[in-house]
Amino acid sequence: MKKILIIGASSAIAQATARLYCAEDVHFYLIGRSRRRLKIVQEDLMARGAGKVEIDPTDPVRLADNQGVVSRAVQVLDGVDLALIAHGELSDQKACETSAEKTIRSLNINAISVISLATLIANHLEERGEGTLVVISSVAGDRGRASNYVYGAAKSCVSTFMEGLSHRLFRTGVSVITVKPGFVDTPMTEQFEKGLLWTQPEIVAEGIKKAIEKRKSTVYLPWYWRWIMQVIQLMPDPLFKRIFPVSEVGKDQSESHVEQRAE
Amino acid sequence: MKSNYSSWGLTGQKSQKVQKIKWRTDKLPELRAGLSLLAYGNGRSYGDSCLNKEGITLDTRSLDHLIDFDPKTHILRCEAGVLIAEILSNFVPRGWFVPVTPGTKFVTVGGAIANDVHGKNHHRRGSFGNHVLRLALRRSNGKTLVCSRTQHADLFYATIGGLGLTGLIVWADILLMPIDSGDMQVETCRFETLEQFFDLSRESEWKYEYTVAWLDCATKKQMGRGIFMRANHCTGPARLTGKGTDKGTSLPSGLPGFLINNITSKAFNALYYHLHPEGFVEKRQSYDTFFYPLDRIRNWNRLYGRKGFFQYQCVVPMEGGFRNIETILDEVARSGIASPLAVLKVFGEIASKGMMSFPRQGITLAMDFPNAGASVLNLFNRLDDIVADAGGAVYPAKDARMDKEHFRKFFPQVDTFKHYVDPAFSSSFWRRVMG
Repeated sequence: MKKILIIGASSAIAQATARLYCAEDVHFYLIGRSRRRLKIVQEDLMARGAGKVEIDPTDPVRLADNQGVVSRAVQVLDGVDLALIAHGELSDQKACETSAEKTIRSLNINAISVISLATLIANHLEERGEGTLVVISSVAGDRGRASNYVYGAAKSCVSTFMEGLSHRLFRTGVSVITVKPGFVDTPMTEQFEKGLLWTQPEIVAEGIKKAIEKRKSTVYLPWYWRWIMQVIQLMPDPLFKRIFPVSEVGKDQSESHVEQRAE
Repeated sequence: MKSNYSSWGLTGQKSQKVQKIKWRTDKLPELRAGLSLLAYGNGRSYGDSCLNKEGITLDTRSLDHLIDFDPKTHILRCEAGVLIAEILSNFVPRGWFVPVTPGTKFVTVGGAIANDVHGKNHHRRGSFGNHVLRLALRRSNGKTLVCSRTQHADLFYATIGGLGLTGLIVWADILLMPIDSGDMQVETCRFETLEQFFDLSRESEWKYEYTVAWLDCATKKQMGRGIFMRANHCTGPARLTGKGTDKGTSLPSGLPGFLINNITSKAFNALYYHLHPEGFVEKRQSYDTFFYPLDRIRNWNRLYGRKGFFQYQCVVPMEGGFRNIETILDEVARSGIASPLAVLKVFGEIASKGMMSFPRQGITLAMDFPNAGASVLNLFNRLDDIVADAGGAVYPAKDARMDKEHFRKFFPQVDTFKHYVDPAFSSSFWRRVMG
């Protein structure tokens, strides 16, 4: 029986990923803020053929609880084979710009809590000498932009942390994977106009499953974001700032105060 | 937020106000003066029955959770935004199939109920609504009613085939059908006349779960010829690996409209007919190949170009049906407009449950036509007269243009039905035929 721990289990990407494992003999442990939503996900996975699904409504942002929640999961599952950290919130960039408090709150949700959980889970996997830790970061962490640099900073922090963690656990049998999705059509991004580059959570989930099988360390999803981000990262600063004028990039978020958390 | 939510025919691409229903526990959005609501599933209705141009479109694709499956009772409870494709990819390997499926698996369960869709086994199992045991309906008064044949029965029957107008379908209980295999045992045969089609259909009904015919509606002198198909699910040792070929090809948008015209339609139809050898051909096919050949090309509707296309689907009663289908085909031939794709099927005697359901005993004919403007619309008006005189009906899920008078003739029960329409719900179709 495969034992899977998911944090932020009611986020669209986490749900789509979990569904891909239902055909196997699998035991899930789902963590998220809302019991109501976790129950919906639990029923869904059970009806799709999962062997066992437990839910644990806990807010992963309450750092003090993290040791407890990870221990509980490890105990119930009797060791974790695969852990996916998928919680997060698209920061309200405009609001963060005028509020240090909101900025810190966003960093807590998107970076600090993720790092705290990743540390605890990685140590468990290291002890076992096997298993996979997957964390959802974002292409937004690859270069800061006026339109979403608070969210981007948090994701960049997560990506760098994961890079180092993957290095540390190299040759231990544990695989550590950073997923960097591009634009994904989920409830978190409801307020955006969807264009050509947008993709569905199911596509990202397929990519995650493949990355796990191939033991990749960093994966851009869909694949073309690797090349888009290469170009964006290589762009000289004066050019970058002209291509993405501040008034333009700020527009997509200014009218809507996005406060939608991914899980 | 505004976004493009179009219907399958692409004739009425409209920017609409959209609100996502993210969880089945979400309330309906606050009502705003003059703005009506309509659930939008996966946009496979052809005309404007899934559009609500002046109102708010409720995007229900996040309602994609299964809730429970009980193999003893065969009952699957799932949210209304679940696609038939998702049910199949999950349940075919476990030995279950949907009891009724339309020609595309990319429809939602909510859409299948709201249009009371039918399939190639209508003669055996009736339409989709015959297999719905219960449904939860969220009304604009804030209540969610669980409706069944015994609870809120009127609302239950009004919602099946009710075009989404009775409220938001949140979840439903549907009966799945056990199968031994994901493969189909298929037999196909050429026929030259409508008479031969009816003979084949009659003799096949007993022994075959699925029957349907492709009809050549492009070649003037050969109207009435086609290829008859009948099939059963394979039996015997379980072979349930028949996994869907989910990865299809996609077509880009903005293709030129001249790809489908009289010449290409005729050529395609003649080729299709002549490539089939005489007599019966037997083959084993995956369920995907048999049921959903067009789903392989994800956006085949784009082949018709920016102007889009129409499908005209009608049903005429058995009695005099043969003559009426002939009259319809004559009318199409006389118009000089070739249909690239036409399908003929005999509906059986199992009555539809829905108050407004389209399927009824008789013969149904569906024909695609490129949107060639007035000429094709005039043809449809003439066909409406023939169908009305015959006591038949035109299928709202496929319709983008019928007028009020004909709608009333096809669905005289609408005067009863309208009492069950939720006061906050409406659609572009509804305003067109009732406005």
